[in-house]
Amino acid sequence: MAADPSAEERAAVDEVLGAPETGWDGGERSARDLRVSRAPEDQRTLLLPVLHALQARVGWISEGGLNYACERLQVPPAEAYGVATFYAMFSVTERSKTVVHVCDDLACRIQGGADLVAEAEAADLPGVQIVASPCLGMCEQAPAIFAQRSGRPEVALGGATMPTIRAAVPEDSTVVCAGGVMAPQAWDEGSRPGLRLLARFGQADPLTLESYRDHGGYRALARSLELGADATIQEVTDAKLLGRGGAAFPTGVKWRAVADQPVTPKYVICNADESEPGTFKDRLIMELDPFSVVEALTIAGFAAGAETGLVYVRGEYPLATERLAEALAQAREAGLLGTDVLGAGFSFDIELRRGAGAYICGEETALFNSIEGKRGEPRNKPPFPVTHGLFGKPTAINNVETLINVLQVLTMGPEAYAALGTEGSTGTRLFCLSGHVERPGVYEHEHGITLGEAIEAAGGVRDGEPLKAVLLGGAAGGFVGPDRLDIRLTFEDARAGGYTLGSGVVMVFDEDTDLVDICLRIARFFRDESCGQCVPCRVGTVRQEEALHRLVAGRTFGSKADELALLGDVAAVMRDASICGLGQTAASAVQSAIATFGLFEDGAAS
Amino acid sequence: MFGAGGGTSSYEEVEQTDLIVLWGSNARNAHPIFFHHVLKAMERGAKVMVVDPRRSETAEFADLWLGIDVGSDIALSNTMAREIIHAELGHAGFIAGGTTGYDEYAASVEDWSLERGEQVTAVPADAIRELAHAYATAENAMICWTLGITEHHNAVDNVLALINLGLLTGHVGRYGSGLNPLRGQNNVQGGGDMGAIPNKLAGFQDIETDPEARAKFEAAWGVEIIPKYGWHLTHMFEAMERGELTACYVIGENPATSEADMDHAVHLLEGLDTLIVQDLVMTKTAEMADVVFPASHASFESEGTVTNSERRVQRVRKALEPPGEARDDIWIIAQLAERLGVGWGDPTPEELWDEMRSLSPMHRLMSWDLIEELGGVQWPCDEEYPQGAKFLHERLWRFDDPEGQGRKAPFSVVIDAPPKDELSEEYPMRLTTGRRLESYNTGVQSGSFSSPLHRGETLDLSPEDASALGVEVGEVVRIVSRRGEIEAPVHVTTALRPGLAFMTFHFPDEVETNKITNEAYDPKSGTSEFKATAIRVEKLAVAAGR
Repeated sequence: MAADPSAEERAAVDEVLGAPETGWDGGERSARDLRVSRAPEDQRTLLLPVLHALQARVGWISEGGLNYACERLQVPPAEAYGVATFYAMFSVTERSKTVVHVCDDLACRIQGGADLVAEAEAADLPGVQIVASPCLGMCEQAPAIFAQRSGRPEVALGGATMPTIRAAVPEDSTVVCAGGVMAPQAWDEGSRPGLRLLARFGQADPLTLESYRDHGGYRALARSLELGADATIQEVTDAKLLGRGGAAFPTGVKWRAVADQPVTPKYVICNADESEPGTFKDRLIMELDPFSVVEALTIAGFAAGAETGLVYVRGEYPLATERLAEALAQAREAGLLGTDVLGAGFSFDIELRRGAGAYICGEETALFNSIEGKRGEPRNKPPFPVTHGLFGKPTAINNVETLINVLQVLTMGPEAYAALGTEGSTGTRLFCLSGHVERPGVYEHEHGITLGEAIEAAGGVRDGEPLKAVLLGGAAGGFVGPDRLDIRLTFEDARAGGYTLGSGVVMVFDEDTDLVDICLRIARFFRDESCGQCVPCRVGTVRQEEALHRLVAGRTFGSKADELALLGDVAAVMRDASICGLGQTAASAVQSAIATFGLFEDGAAS
Repeated sequence: MFGAGGGTSSYEEVEQTDLIVLWGSNARNAHPIFFHHVLKAMERGAKVMVVDPRRSETAEFADLWLGIDVGSDIALSNTMAREIIHAELGHAGFIAGGTTGYDEYAASVEDWSLERGEQVTAVPADAIRELAHAYATAENAMICWTLGITEHHNAVDNVLALINLGLLTGHVGRYGSGLNPLRGQNNVQGGGDMGAIPNKLAGFQDIETDPEARAKFEAAWGVEIIPKYGWHLTHMFEAMERGELTACYVIGENPATSEADMDHAVHLLEGLDTLIVQDLVMTKTAEMADVVFPASHASFESEGTVTNSERRVQRVRKALEPPGEARDDIWIIAQLAERLGVGWGDPTPEELWDEMRSLSPMHRLMSWDLIEELGGVQWPCDEEYPQGAKFLHERLWRFDDPEGQGRKAPFSVVIDAPPKDELSEEYPMRLTTGRRLESYNTGVQSGSFSSPLHRGETLDLSPEDASALGVEVGEVVRIVSRRGEIEAPVHVTTALRPGLAFMTFHFPDEVETNKITNEAYDPKSGTSEFKATAIRVEKLAVAAGR
């Protein structure tokens, strides 16, 4: 017989879905149920929220809990199991009530993260499980931890040491997420006046709508409603705003394509599943200026003709989630969301969804599947999201940073916006400076700044050490050496020079860094995060990591040159034949390290 | 219906319609291929409503499920009809122009108020009303049914009751609207089309009432055709009982296990002077036979055609030589004729097909070449529909062209009649039978492979009844009907309500379900009332020492 849910598990599910209405969806069997039933509406999209509720309340997802969720949602248990096992934050086996994820990814591992994992495991804290984690998006406060504490709120903490972990663990722990203050420009009287995207950081209270409005908030939406949808899109197009999520697609073109679709409903989505190692700018925006995300997505909805917006925020971002939820509630209360936004006859609301620990869900089509309650596996493109996005409907999906740029476009006008930056890269850009820099954090610079200038603005290499390498664009980006500090950080220069800005990652490694260890960590990351759907990526990421390990151990198949050639072949296959960007870029950092620094060549520095 | 036995719609239309009413049909399990078309319709946004005593696997998917009492289909249909009439949702134009007998019909359903309907069917009145309104107001709608309608003592009346609803609302003879019996096998339709039924010649030409057709066949075949309906299967067993039927040639049937009141059927087969069985495998009936003709497999060891539920005739091609002494059915029959002194020669399947279509008007232009070219052709295929017809009875809508319209469709007055096997204090529970997804009929084709879904025969009970009887899952109980008793393990399911039990007949070697079913049958169709047996369930005495 199928396992039954506990009372607590029932309550967790019912809290999301409401109490069951009939005997056919988990309630008591009534006389009427014996004679009449109705197909429940398709609620599969609520699977992830329900799994979150079970995980958070009970600490794991039991067979009984999953069965009850399936009964309520009418999702086949095998499918729900496939979804539950897809995400790192969920466990389908019973485990410790407290699980501490300690980041040992790039920026953290060079600042004690890897040692902290070992130390925490050795401490053998009762009732606590320590898990080495991929990048938690708090690189500016490395090393970082993220603790899941069943029955209690999750916490993400930076500058972590053993005392931090010990403080977060106890039942009566009062530790809460600390707000990041890691945008040094915003606290510097000299640089603050030049800030646009970060202008409200440290100035406006992120928790009150009134303060947001006092600092220029909701002027862009008012202007957009005045202009009308068409002209709004035109301004965004004229401003030549390009997407900041990594693909640099023109935002105006995307909105126009969705607006032109005859199909309804349409959706706009804010992709806040920031998971690229080394990236944390979107988190800071959501934590320190959450209303800007709400306002910008509302404008997107108005322009594209959508009545529903969704923010898909990374699961490991509890503070960002909390503040966005608060911002949404206040906006709704003030009539800035709802059936008649600002009395303009425009109906729009925003739903907040949480990821659950899967890098791949930052890929737009994987994100759709995740929202729909499926495994977060990317879809083949075409069809593209603008015609077949969420629930197969036209969808405009934009990164957080891209969206808040729209506020700039509408408040300063497209000409003034386009005058910023360069011809091919208008406006300002956020860069995530981490690793061995003096003042890590998010920096806003006008497009056109060089890599060297960006590092200098963050105080240069820490302690004046010589620079060894910079990882540009994230794990899916590539390494550049100290000889290339003059490269300009614009879309057009990157394209011409064969490097990528990705999500604005500038991770600095000093002379003492073990680059081989960094490459192994990157390979492990992609092997772990590959969704397994397509063969080139599923197999290729494993083969890449294996070959690297053989090279490190000096147990190569054939010569070193043979192994390097194999790595090159695997890289080419993944790049050419993978379904999505994850597989296509899974070898780029490793390949660039080999090409730039001659890793594994005899006599090469490592 | 209206003269030709076949579903009126194409599968394509099932996918395009707005409402599908599955009445007495667990298509998701019993007609899974057909159900794929339903799924496509659902994907498109069509509504599905299910009438079934059980909340079957199909009902789980339905927008609305009505759990009627077994055998109250006519009550439900008449109640719906009255509601449609009173709400003025009937299709007045079609009723006036395309049908006959409306006034009498309307009068006959007048006392079927929603309240009375609820009393008799036990389905809440609001649900009946909802189904009636949904069906009547849908732009396009179809009713599809299966054995839940036909395995009753009043099977034909049940079907007529559904046809009445189609006529009342104009949901027939239009693209996307129709009345469709679902066939359980790939060629049940073809068997009827070819005249393998007691009262019709090929192409549904009546043996008794159509002298012209008879003369045509007599001229072609050079023999006299006796204008008298033959016996259907149940009649044959009665004739055996009376000693009038003493020799039987059974082709591809296994009556020794598939007949209601099985012991009796076996006894009668044993009493025959001669029993010839022609089959693929050594069935239980074949084991009793005097002569067994091993036949080739119709699906891949012979040439020919099959006709599916949407009247589509498709070619079957030979891929393998039959093993051993197995021979093609046509060859066996022709050889038998040869031995009996009639020289039929060695006809090819195509020659036989061409002879048939020279006699059956609805197949007239359907050459094998055309079937090949179009990948299957739906009858009728004649001068009016040279490429075949997607749906039937379009003619009924030709109100201004009496000749083209032909006979208008008649309403039928049908009277509610509960199952013959009445519930009583001694036999208080209603047993109904049906099929499971992974098994097929008596298991001849599906019993020999292993499947994790095979769980053998069980007596399915509601949780309430199981607990009232004090029996547990897997516990073997005795099931007693007015005809006999069997034993089977208990399976508990919420698909059943208190008072309703369910069994399959897939595992006759384990549990001979049809020992207890009722052989009462419909005089018009010959189908036994498999769907309604009165039983009592007895807990077995606990073994000593336990």
